[in-house]
Amino acid sequence: MDFVVLLAIQVLYAVASLALISVGLAIIFGMMRVINLAHGEFLMLGGYAAIVATSNGVNIWIAMLVVAPLVVGLIGIVVEMTIIRFLYGRMVDTMLATWGLSLFLVGLTTAIFGNTTVGISAPLGSFQIGAYRTSGYTLFVIAVAVVLMAGIFAVLRFTRLGLIARGTMQNANMAAALGVNPPRVYAVTFGIGAALSGLAGAVLAPVSGVFPTIGVAYVAKSFITVIGGGAAILSGTVSASVLFGTINQIATFLTTPVFGEVALLAAAIVLIRLLPQGITGRFFRRGL
Amino acid sequence: MKVNRRKFVQGTAATVAAGMFGSSAWAADEPINVASIHDLSGGLDIYGKPMVDALTLAVEEANAAGGLLGRQIKLINYDTQSNMQLYTQFAQQAALKDKVAVVHGGITSASREVIRPVLDKFKTLYFYNTQYEGGVCDRNQFDTGVTPAQTVEKLVPHAMKKWGKKVYVVAADYNYGQITSQWVKKYVTENGGEVSSIDFFPLDVTNFGPTISKIQAAKPDFVWSALVGGAHISFYRQWAAAGMRKSIPMASTTFAVGNEHIVLSPDECNGMLVCYNYFQDLKNKTNEAFVTAFHKRFGADYPNVTELAMGTYQGFQLWAEGVKKAKSIDRMKVIEALETGISIDAPSGKVTIDPATHHCVLDVHIAEVSDKKLKVLEDFAQQKPSDTAAVCDLIKNPTDNQQYVIKI
Amino acid sequence: MNARTLNILGLGLVGIVGIAFLILTPRFAELDTVLELTVYMIMAVLSLSLALIWGYGGILCFGQSAFFGLGAYTYAIAMFNIGESTVPFLLAIALPAAFAALLGYFVFYGRISDVYLGVITLTVTLILFNSINSTAGPEFHIGAARLGGFNGIPGIPALNYPGNKAAAVDLEGMFYLSTAALLVTYFGLRLLLASRFGRIIVGIRENERRAELLGYDPRAYKLVTFTIGGALAGFAGCLFANWGNFVSPTIFGLAQSAQIIIWVIVGGRGTLIGPIIGCIGIQWLTTALGANQPSGSDWWTKLLANAPFIFGVILIAFVLLVPKGLVPTFGDFGQWLLRARTRRVAAASLEPKQAEEG
Repeated sequence: MDFVVLLAIQVLYAVASLALISVGLAIIFGMMRVINLAHGEFLMLGGYAAIVATSNGVNIWIAMLVVAPLVVGLIGIVVEMTIIRFLYGRMVDTMLATWGLSLFLVGLTTAIFGNTTVGISAPLGSFQIGAYRTSGYTLFVIAVAVVLMAGIFAVLRFTRLGLIARGTMQNANMAAALGVNPPRVYAVTFGIGAALSGLAGAVLAPVSGVFPTIGVAYVAKSFITVIGGGAAILSGTVSASVLFGTINQIATFLTTPVFGEVALLAAAIVLIRLLPQGITGRFFRRGL
Repeated sequence: MKVNRRKFVQGTAATVAAGMFGSSAWAADEPINVASIHDLSGGLDIYGKPMVDALTLAVEEANAAGGLLGRQIKLINYDTQSNMQLYTQFAQQAALKDKVAVVHGGITSASREVIRPVLDKFKTLYFYNTQYEGGVCDRNQFDTGVTPAQTVEKLVPHAMKKWGKKVYVVAADYNYGQITSQWVKKYVTENGGEVSSIDFFPLDVTNFGPTISKIQAAKPDFVWSALVGGAHISFYRQWAAAGMRKSIPMASTTFAVGNEHIVLSPDECNGMLVCYNYFQDLKNKTNEAFVTAFHKRFGADYPNVTELAMGTYQGFQLWAEGVKKAKSIDRMKVIEALETGISIDAPSGKVTIDPATHHCVLDVHIAEVSDKKLKVLEDFAQQKPSDTAAVCDLIKNPTDNQQYVIKI
Repeated sequence: MNARTLNILGLGLVGIVGIAFLILTPRFAELDTVLELTVYMIMAVLSLSLALIWGYGGILCFGQSAFFGLGAYTYAIAMFNIGESTVPFLLAIALPAAFAALLGYFVFYGRISDVYLGVITLTVTLILFNSINSTAGPEFHIGAARLGGFNGIPGIPALNYPGNKAAAVDLEGMFYLSTAALLVTYFGLRLLLASRFGRIIVGIRENERRAELLGYDPRAYKLVTFTIGGALAGFAGCLFANWGNFVSPTIFGLAQSAQIIIWVIVGGRGTLIGPIIGCIGIQWLTTALGANQPSGSDWWTKLLANAPFIFGVILIAFVLLVPKGLVPTFGDFGQWLLRARTRRVAAASLEPKQAEEG
């Protein structure tokens, strides 16, 4: 019994971390139809921001939940204004440019921080489930994911910003005709997407550590989650995370981490073949 | 020169090499070229960077002392960017274009197996200075790192005496981890213990949650880690976060090689046992002088001189000793000089080339991680590479050239 | 001078330069240069495979390295089991082609396009990477060949002259073979693209709906293009396994896939000579960056010797400033010069040519 509870927590954790690392990408993709291949590096920068802030005496929670998203969000806005802005409507070119940006950021952080893995110890200690112990931080990650998804839902559903965002998403030209300024919406969107990635990177830093090339480990998975989920930001991310996270974790438990990964990737291919528009292209169409 | 070139190219690799050394022999004033082929960027540079620093220091020291055979040494530094294709390319360049006297390089076993045939083909001496799984038998290559029979054999009984007989092994999923974990199993069984499971992880895995649960379900007396690289550090972190460090202890022959004990907080790894040839805190005069010189060159805040860095430093010194004895940089003469069983008084103690295997006889030590330092607990003098010696005898079969997979 | 004569002139020039390069290089270059050029030639064949399917076929394939790696692995495994290189060589082309056909059937007949296609191909190559990477244990072998996991397969026997096991191709022979392979691939693709088939696939790239309404089945044409690209990449993989005598899973990795795309983007989509130039240029730069490690430790010298950083800058700069790639941009510039001259001549002769020009 206690082992089943432990297993459930692990699965939830896998789902939560998948949702966390994907949601920033999903917002940028859903709103702007831009596939940001430097997404993994935004996560990496979030981790570094939190660690640098913590080692300079900032409280760890403030560093993770405030400093990291702010820093990466600002970087995101700069990137939008210097690169992405010139490439709207050229999907493939934005992919290539952000790929370049990803290499650029890896090189830059390597030169500044070196290649050694850095990290912060996970706060919150551990707790007992029957005969087993597990990390309290796992529960924190799950909680952050839930709060974040609820927050995004609330913003999209109840605020003016959310209304504008949804409008631009459905028909950018119409929104512009109604007086919305698309360039500004795009800059803000990109900034928010980057900030959420920074937050995710910071929250996961105590678990996996940070090094310049860690983005590669994230980007393929978040990419697949977003495409698998389809265009709807929230329901897409959540449904794809649940599906892929569960498959990955169960396969890992039963066999090895490699087959866990392979199972996730194979599931993604089958899913895209069956539902080329992603899960939300067929189900939850009215979701956000 | 141009007239010769056609023939030069058409000839076999052997004549290429002969021409190569012939032409460099008369240039007494020219520096001796030494190549370093290591990953200085990409995922493996946490290992490569300290190795190149140590090699740089060794070359600078040799040059300050007047060079070798009256000639200065020029270190040619190649960064393979953790890319296997570049290992081939740079080994070719080092052998054919720079006409180096020796190549020091290769980190993973994979990179070694890429370089080795290239340097065999072009008759260029090769030093592989990393601790590895053992079994390479090649007269053109010298291995200055420790192998499982030197470290695992000592650490297993030590840990079993301290903690108990049931062991759970987690290892990196490649040659090194696969073979090392077999050695662990062999020594555990020989000491009357039991290995409950061996789990392998590809080098890029960062989520160890399910594994940690599995280990808890197996209830071992201690965990043996042969995990490698930056991503695997998260295992130790997640292990400590789950509160497991205090209940199940851990031993390793890979931990601290990439300075993991400094990256992690004392809370996450204190009490772990490791076994290597070199520790920065070894108490002997050569080592104290070395550490002072190293800090003077690279700054007093240099985190730690690793096992691999010392292997590279000692590898260079062994080669230099061989050149001095041979009074030449000719490949065969240096090999023959080294095969007389050359010894150096190195920071890690006495290091001797074993003529039959081209591996080293050296001291090993067991240490405990303690507040970002490695505290030496037990010493074992002059350990022989008995694993490789069981399969490889280059005195009897000088033309042998392969990596044996040792039957356990 | 009209476009047709220019075209023929260009082809002739490439042919002459190529053959001269093939014959003269081993006479005048040092052996290490010859070896390095050999791998450039092999990679250029790989670059051409993507130039065909992406540049002309409009199929965005992020996982071209899957076919490249399959070719290399197939050759290695077959070679250890057979020992004579004719069959392994053919298998190394046939198997990746078959795999490409299978994958192509799956995606094109599933009407998957654009980014989704990119994601699927990328995923496929990552699956191959992950799977091969975890075959380090002794239980993973195909016949006499150990797969070797992360370490890969070292010591792959070289190609031999067909039928004669003992006559292995030597280093110089490898150079001739690779350069000839590149020339044959280049001219073969030129022929293919000049044919009816070539015009149709370009037509599909330009407007799939229109081509379909004209009665062509885009799915079948894309599938054939994709399969040819897979075969070419497999061929390059076979040569690569010969060149280094080893193959390891990094051949399937993200970095390798990225490289191929960068070659094509830098050289220019929609040309063949461009991706060759892009490939050789970038390869040369990679080698040069790795070989000139500065001993200084200022962070900015480190930055300039840092390969990912430099590639990142190149990629961003090209997408923003030279989106068409080098060769088409030079082509445009050349045409502009030509047109400017014609205009001047026209103006000088005071003839009203405007009507003809429009």
